[in-house]
Amino acid sequence: MTTTSTTAPPAAPVLTEQTWTRRFLGGSTTGPLCALLIAIAFFSTMADNFLSLNTAALVLQQVTVIGTLALGQTLIILSAGIDLSVGAVMAFGSIVMTKLAVDSGLPPVLAILAGIAVCGLFGLANGMLVTKIKLPPFIVTLGMLNVAYALTHIYSNEATITGVPATLTALGETFPVGDARVSYGSLLMLVLFAAFAVVLANTAWGRRLYATGNNFEGTRLTGVPVRRHLQSVYLVAGLVFGVAALLMVARTGVGDPKVGQTENLESITAVVLGGTSLFGGRGAVLGTLLGVLIVGVVRSGLQMMGVLPIYQILVTGILVILAVTFDQLYRRRNR
Amino acid sequence: MPKTRGWSRLTRTITVLIVISLAGLVTSGCGSGSDDRIKIGLITKTETNPIFIEMKDTALIAAEEAGAQLLTATGEFDGDNEGQVSAMENMIAAGVKAILITPSDTKAIVPSVKRAQKLGIAVISLDTPTEPADATDGLYGTDNFRAGEVVGEYAKAKLDGKPAKIATMDLAPGVTVGQLRHDGFLKGFGIKEGDEQLVCEEYTQGDQTKATTAMENCLQAHPDINLVYTINEPAGLGAHTALKAAGRTDKTTLVAIDGGCPGVEATAQGKFDTTAMQFPVKMAELGMDAALEYARTGDRPSGYTDTGVELITDDPVEGLDSKDTDWGAKQCWGG
Repeated sequence: MTTTSTTAPPAAPVLTEQTWTRRFLGGSTTGPLCALLIAIAFFSTMADNFLSLNTAALVLQQVTVIGTLALGQTLIILSAGIDLSVGAVMAFGSIVMTKLAVDSGLPPVLAILAGIAVCGLFGLANGMLVTKIKLPPFIVTLGMLNVAYALTHIYSNEATITGVPATLTALGETFPVGDARVSYGSLLMLVLFAAFAVVLANTAWGRRLYATGNNFEGTRLTGVPVRRHLQSVYLVAGLVFGVAALLMVARTGVGDPKVGQTENLESITAVVLGGTSLFGGRGAVLGTLLGVLIVGVVRSGLQMMGVLPIYQILVTGILVILAVTFDQLYRRRNR
Repeated sequence: MPKTRGWSRLTRTITVLIVISLAGLVTSGCGSGSDDRIKIGLITKTETNPIFIEMKDTALIAAEEAGAQLLTATGEFDGDNEGQVSAMENMIAAGVKAILITPSDTKAIVPSVKRAQKLGIAVISLDTPTEPADATDGLYGTDNFRAGEVVGEYAKAKLDGKPAKIATMDLAPGVTVGQLRHDGFLKGFGIKEGDEQLVCEEYTQGDQTKATTAMENCLQAHPDINLVYTINEPAGLGAHTALKAAGRTDKTTLVAIDGGCPGVEATAQGKFDTTAMQFPVKMAELGMDAALEYARTGDRPSGYTDTGVELITDDPVEGLDSKDTDWGAKQCWGG
């Protein structure tokens, strides 16, 4: 145990007690996993052609962008924050990289890096406002949502950017697996999830993230530089949103200033469905991956069944409420 | 680690497994099995716009009559290209023979259209053409330039040579439909962009509240505006609100486009001098006919089919065909 015997509440980090597997799986992923299996079982019997490698590859491809955004969102929520600007920041990043590559003739790789860097800057700015001026993350990112949205539309002149070089869309290409085709983008998303799962479970950075989210003051008193750490979390999340921007360009083949309008809330939905606590400090990135897949499976399944689109939104809403309800009941029982 | 936690996880897992198997039993009991009906997909821009609701309802009826299954989907907002791309992928996976689509992003959807066609699926656009228009197997829709032109001609006759001070309540920069209607209006009125009679041009996003604000601003700068063109009926109603507050309704001619039931009613009440009606039911009927024909015989539709425009007014002008609001109330959509 690393907690001190000062006035810090006892809810402080107890991560050293956890087994490796428990930390890796986050403990709270059983529920989401079951929900995903139920959804797959349900749609397999209800929709023709649903249970196939092809559908699996398709769902994976469709959740690539939102999955990557939700990964960054998970980091921020684990730190007991929230980011309402993810979709807008991603949109700005994708406009920056496509416009630089198409209009300014910058080498595609540099354009991509510039786009990702811009998203990182947004993360840095969010982080500084949260840690230095101590503004609530909700307010900071609400403001940043509007800033990024406006910059996107000003910089793009409201026009879709076409003729994007192939380097920017390479991640949208697919390779065959059996009779299905998997996109490189979905592969990258899975790799990112795996990498962050390992980082959160096995590094000081990861452990501090949980500790800070669990009990900011307690962690600070143990001598962890919590503000600098929080700052780095926002920066890393921003860079992840930059990768999502690249994936969005790869997916649509254009720089589209209109993207990202629904992703802010969708990313939070995925995190919640994945069993990560909105109060910080508890949850896991693999849960978020399951959360994203649940939404993707439900959406594709209902569409393949021919259910009217409005019901997809209804079902997603009910799932979120159920997820939070189970989470609350589970926590109450184990207190 | 508290013992209860492991125990509860086990029971939860068991409970969930029981639920899964029950769900499987129930659904297989329904005997849905595989569905041999022809499948057709319909993808519109949004869930809420009455014109798309009318199309969906029409297509559902046509599918039922033909013994076919209709899969429907929409984007999450007007301009949501990614949502439409995902919907197309899901419909292809579900095995549709033809897809009817109202493209949100006329350029960015084209690669997905090509992909579907390569798999032997006919893609037909409704209401809005793709860019290039021949990317899809046929288009059934309003000639938007013509719709603008007829209200322009009406306004010209109505003003009867009096000097005009014109405000245009437009859609949004870079959106084809809005541009075509605007240009058509100018042509019908017999002026060109930059004419001194055009005193105020504002973007409204086709939104009632935004149109009120825009019209207020126009009246602030030019209190003597006597002709208002509005891109659609919500914008028309918004502009009317501002004109009424300024006491200008009697001295102003207001023309709108769409033919929704609230718009026809506003015309009957004298809020609009005229509205140009378009025919979404016809678009959906003709589109479904073509889709079913392709599914049965393999005959691909092609080219543009104009579904027509009809001027609705209770104050007809000489030399221009029009129908009164009683006729309009019977033909209108979204009522």
